Amino acid sequence: MIVELAHFCLILALLVALFGAIFPMWGSFYHNSQMARLARPAAILQFLLVFLSFAGLVHAFVTDNFTVKYVAAHSYSQLPLIYKFCAAWGAHEGSMLLWIVILCGWSAAVALFSRQLPEQAVARVLSVMSMITIGFLSFSIFTSNPFETLLPHFPIDGRDLNPLLQDFGFIIHPPFLYMGYVGFSVAFAFAIAALIGGELDSAWARWSRPWTVAAWIFLTIGIALGSWWAYYELGWGGWWFWDPVENASFMPWLSGTALIHSLAVSEKRGVFKTWTVFLALITFCLSLLGTFIVRSGVITSVHSFAQDPVRGMFILIFLAIVVIAALTLFVLRGGAVKSTGRYQLISRESALLTNNMFLMMALLIVLTGTLFPLIMEAFDRSISVGAPYFNRLFSPVMLVLLTILGAGHWLHWKRNGKASLLKTIRTVSLITLGLLLATAYWLRGFSDFYVWIGMTVAFWVVASLLLDVFNKTKNASSLWRGLQKIKASYWGMQTAHLGLVFALVGIVLVSFASEEKLIKLAPGETYKMEGYEFTFERLGPVQGPNYIATRGTFSVKEQEDIFTLHSEKRRYTASGQVMTEAGINPGFTRDVYVSLGETLNERDWSVRIYIKAFVRWIWLGAILMALGGLIAISDRRYRLKLESRVAA
Amino acid sequence: MKAHRKKRLFAVLGTVAGVSIAVSLVLYALSENLNLFYTPSDVNAGKAPSNKSIKVGGLVVPGSVARGDNLIDVSFVIQDNSHQMTVYFSDVLPDLFKEGQGIVATGKLLDNGDFKASSVLAKHDENYMPPEVARALEESGHPVKKPNPQN
Repeated sequence: MIVELAHFCLILALLVALFGAIFPMWGSFYHNSQMARLARPAAILQFLLVFLSFAGLVHAFVTDNFTVKYVAAHSYSQLPLIYKFCAAWGAHEGSMLLWIVILCGWSAAVALFSRQLPEQAVARVLSVMSMITIGFLSFSIFTSNPFETLLPHFPIDGRDLNPLLQDFGFIIHPPFLYMGYVGFSVAFAFAIAALIGGELDSAWARWSRPWTVAAWIFLTIGIALGSWWAYYELGWGGWWFWDPVENASFMPWLSGTALIHSLAVSEKRGVFKTWTVFLALITFCLSLLGTFIVRSGVITSVHSFAQDPVRGMFILIFLAIVVIAALTLFVLRGGAVKSTGRYQLISRESALLTNNMFLMMALLIVLTGTLFPLIMEAFDRSISVGAPYFNRLFSPVMLVLLTILGAGHWLHWKRNGKASLLKTIRTVSLITLGLLLATAYWLRGFSDFYVWIGMTVAFWVVASLLLDVFNKTKNASSLWRGLQKIKASYWGMQTAHLGLVFALVGIVLVSFASEEKLIKLAPGETYKMEGYEFTFERLGPVQGPNYIATRGTFSVKEQEDIFTLHSEKRRYTASGQVMTEAGINPGFTRDVYVSLGETLNERDWSVRIYIKAFVRWIWLGAILMALGGLIAISDRRYRLKLESRVAA
Repeated sequence: MKAHRKKRLFAVLGTVAGVSIAVSLVLYALSENLNLFYTPSDVNAGKAPSNKSIKVGGLVVPGSVARGDNLIDVSFVIQDNSHQMTVYFSDVLPDLFKEGQGIVATGKLLDNGDFKASSVLAKHDENYMPPEVARALEESGHPVKKPNPQN
């Protein structure tokens, strides 16, 4: 009964979305404010309906309703409750529904928190959002209905959730990722509304900014969670694989990053407006492309559940409609947008524009490497692009990008004199050198040439950040006073950029200063390596709720410390799948990672041992970036506008 | 030509040049790092290059998995039902690796026609057949039953 109601809610939501797409847009054109005002309630009603529908699906999972095909395929009576809950988005149909819930959630948020915007703009923005909702709701209802039943012949028990997904990281990874992906639809809708209206002023950029940054925060966290999950769950200690699915989420992140910077310049200086609009359009198109890659079944990995060509076709056509419509509108109306500011070659504007170009370059690299195998697949040629392609091209682009990023901090807006430029470069270089030598002394030199390069760039950014704070506070009566005067958005930028430095240091050190060993070890034996002793204490069976495991217990001696690590080989009873759980001792400067390989004979096992240098810094960096974004949108000026309008 | 026109022309030319250099660099790097797929029959017919990283795939011949002296090195034979080839690997085989199952290995051909794999892929799902392997079996005239699309 609840399942039927949930299904009904979903269909009803589609009708409301149709209504919400047509009438407010109509009203905005013919100055019919009654119709335009329908936008907000329609958006909120859509959200309530899809939320109820989603709740119905979760209910079916929690109550083990195996008459529902989707539940029977992805749940199991012995599955722990928390995973039953999350299994709702553990496969294709349910994760599409979650996507829709989040999309409608963003629309509802725009409806609720946009009181300071003109009625006409809200009507258009929400109407565009409704159109996107229509696309995804029809996709869900017509091609991937999660509420399809198996009546009258339904199974007694389910087939269990993919064991890889039975994990804390997975519980929160998809919701965060979708919040990010879908969040860019708000910037997209704002851009479309602005193009329709032909009013692309600084106000437009200011409205879009907090929404875009919010989406970017979620996407950043979502990507970091995915990387963290892969690191400890896939059992071989990699944290990024250049897998098409990862790239699918990374591409909107790259263009989203370009977008939040370009929006900042458009708001502050009134330049790059056309470029900003273009970025807003392509960022969401890349989110849709990512959805196509993941959901169409053109690639097969743990993420892509669908193998149904109809679904792939549907998303491809939807993607084509959105891209063509958006770009046509951009070509027709984008030319009317005039940038008002002026700037010279050596200026902060130039630095930001150059960095936008480098982000686009990085995007192009990832896009080519991701799409090329898919295109060749269509011609029946199986090809894969090796990780060296990405690493070799991506790394230099990022290093140049970070170097300019550093300079962007202390370059002046509009124009920066040559003499002062040289003087500042000298100062920053000296600070960089000092920091670099001190660190090299502390870590007793760096093992590799690439580490030297990476660390130099990292300290160049740190030096630039420090110099900038110094410049900002030097005219104040005291350092403390000066620091207090600095705005939240500035601290946000500093934090986010510092996060990037953390991530860079983490990536460089984990790539070049880690230890990796694959050894043969039997219970009772000890393996010694520099600074460490690993003892395979014992091997024993463990009974889990829905699996049987062989657990290896290792004691690790690290200088004076001794700690225990467990690594398991789990066999999930319902599906028969085997999974490896690694034993990890996390640390600020290193992770010790032990993972059982396979039985080699009656006694011996192959065991992987990793000392991962500074690997946590990668995710710490991502957290700092997200935190920076959060601080930036807490800036008072976004709220001041609201309050002043309310007062007026 | 007016000064601002000239400036714009240079900007446009600069952008075009920059983009073309970027694109050609990307395509060059891409062509250097492509791993093409070959079946054991292709390898047997000498179609696969021996100095490049490639992918091979097929069904693991039951009983062919053998361990080296240090027990870490492993070798097994894959086949596409018309030809066979030996694959050497010095790492942990994936959890889903099984005799009789389809796998895809990335690595390089050795001079004697054997294969030294740097990675072996057996997909996350037991019922899943790598599409390359399915196609290879089809080409050699032994199509396998299509896997259930619900997986």
